[in-house]
Amino acid sequence: MARENSLDQMERLFEQWNEKVRQELQRKPERKSEFINTSGISLKRLYSPLDTEDLDYEKEIGFPGEYPYTRGVQPTMYRGRFWTMRQYAGFATAEESNRRYKFLLDQGQTGLSVAFDLPTQIGYDSDHEMAIGEVGKVGVAIDSLRDMETLFDGIPLGKVSTSMTINAPAGVLLAMYLVVAEKQGVAFDKLRGTIQNDILKEYSSRGTYIYPPEPSMRIITDIFSYCAENVPLWNTISISGYHIREAGSTAVQEVAFTLANGIAYVEAAVRAGLEVDAFGPRLSFFFNAHLDFLEEIAKYRAARRLWAKIMKERFGAKNPRSMMIRFHTQTAGCTLTAQQPKNNIVRVAFQALAAVLGGTQSLHTNSMDEALCLPSEEAVQIALRTQQLIAYESGVTDTVDPLAGSYYIERLTKEICERAETYIEKIDEMGGAVCAIEKGFVQREIQDSAYQYQREIEKEERVVVGLNRFQVEEKKPTNLLRVDPAVRIAQIEGLGSLRSGRDGSAVDAALSRLRKAAEGNENLMPPILAAVREYATLGEICGVMREVFGEYRAASTLG
Amino acid sequence: MKNGKKIRVLAAKPGLDGHDRGIKVLAAALMHAGMEVIYTGLRQTPAQIVEAALQEDVDVIAMSILSGAHDYHFPKVMELLRERGIEDILVIGGGIIPDEDIPMLKKCGIAAIFGPGTNTEEVVRFIRQNLVPINRK
Repeated sequence: MARENSLDQMERLFEQWNEKVRQELQRKPERKSEFINTSGISLKRLYSPLDTEDLDYEKEIGFPGEYPYTRGVQPTMYRGRFWTMRQYAGFATAEESNRRYKFLLDQGQTGLSVAFDLPTQIGYDSDHEMAIGEVGKVGVAIDSLRDMETLFDGIPLGKVSTSMTINAPAGVLLAMYLVVAEKQGVAFDKLRGTIQNDILKEYSSRGTYIYPPEPSMRIITDIFSYCAENVPLWNTISISGYHIREAGSTAVQEVAFTLANGIAYVEAAVRAGLEVDAFGPRLSFFFNAHLDFLEEIAKYRAARRLWAKIMKERFGAKNPRSMMIRFHTQTAGCTLTAQQPKNNIVRVAFQALAAVLGGTQSLHTNSMDEALCLPSEEAVQIALRTQQLIAYESGVTDTVDPLAGSYYIERLTKEICERAETYIEKIDEMGGAVCAIEKGFVQREIQDSAYQYQREIEKEERVVVGLNRFQVEEKKPTNLLRVDPAVRIAQIEGLGSLRSGRDGSAVDAALSRLRKAAEGNENLMPPILAAVREYATLGEICGVMREVFGEYRAASTLG
Repeated sequence: MKNGKKIRVLAAKPGLDGHDRGIKVLAAALMHAGMEVIYTGLRQTPAQIVEAALQEDVDVIAMSILSGAHDYHFPKVMELLRERGIEDILVIGGGIIPDEDIPMLKKCGIAAIFGPGTNTEEVVRFIRQNLVPINRK
């Protein structure tokens, strides 16, 4: 009763204040007639206790480390240990990337994150016709176990955690990693790391798919099942909103489409006979850190709350770890400007701070020069230092979820949850994420948001500092980091000597065993591992599966 | 454009790069400006792009690459166009392309390179202004 009275009182006071402001506005209007965030949510001038009165603290917010994990997945968060500082890196050859990893570890980075080149990501060897012009460009070229041995040479796999951005051929690269670990004498159950292994966002947003959805989902569930038994600490998937956001989605769409994809993976695994709590704890997530600082913080909190509810209520998970979203964050590459690139250092710092205030488990901070080229060593160092500054100097890590209770943050968290749920219901009605993607619904939603965002910039409704306001004449940057075209020649020579030096009949036998497995329904991981051990190449292994499974052809979703 | 019809544009993604936000936003902007746009989708070889341009009888090819493979794919498209005797298609490019590469790309016949932050209206204007002399030939 007392509470109701105080709310009544608050409503009266709020109305009085509003009245005064309305009078003031006649003299001094606000900068805009309406303030709308990227998700299309119209923001109030002021948030007050009236905006959080319908929130149930216990059910919707709760305590860190407890359901629904709105306040974080661990009880002590960064008071216990900081997030993993993990810079995505890799280019040219395995030797060169190995040097960059050692540099990053020397600089205080705490985990590795491997960028593969496009031929590797699409399952082509470096000597394939489709690989011309692409070898070693956006990541390291890996053709076989031999390259993988070089990539991790001198890096103790029992001590670092390694994240690999690999999707369609994730099983093959994981197998290579496992065999390298074996050769280092590290047991599989000591290995920590992540494979991205998220094919659905490849169809909708990122583009490195190989096979059609059905066999792709089978490969993914085979990996879940194999790792649950053999590599128990490995994160078998990183369900990624990052690329959905980079493709142009809003924050709400990022949450909705990511979790809808998550639902599709859980359903596929359950259909394949797995217990939700057998693989649920190893599902991990990957989000973007975009420009709208407070919206982003609310987004992470909303994603945690929503996934916990989905796993508990929809899938009947019992293990709390199945309900926790543990996620990696990367700052938004699409917000970096080629104009006045040093400004990007500041953008990245704000974005990284949002990720930390949102409770991320690991973080990549972009380098200032990434709108121009691959990052230079100096730029990467500043990016890593940005994380260290937040961790060691800013003080935001000393208490858990410090922004909880902010009327605005809590209201926005709830609003993002509700809007994302509405999207998920719509996707459910279409038959789930796979159908929604096959129909082009997700792609069109993202495209429309991207186009609208661009229009706002061009109409100068959205200011991009240095691009459409505060421009200066600039000298064009020179001495950009480039990948030597000789990398392709070196890889092709390496492939030649590999093929002549290995036991050809053992390779053939391993590949035909893999073909049989692909045609039937046994788990694909053991035959992939066997083929990798015989130094079958990535292109040979994916080639067998291409023949059995066919290739995905995307429908055009323009207009 | 040809025979007084709308300007026809082939929006193309050569190579393995999957970043299609830019090309799709541009395609939408060109359509908005009254042009007809055919989008190839991802992973097109230079030969497929040239073939599509011929089949669709386009006035413009707009290509986008963010993976750094422009140094191979863009010149290759120009070479194939020349081999087939096609000189009346305006070819433009965009993506993450270092400034120091632009002279080489222009030399092989790419009319303009549009980098990150380009206003789509600038591309529309460029196409309208540069098509005319080509079609008068």
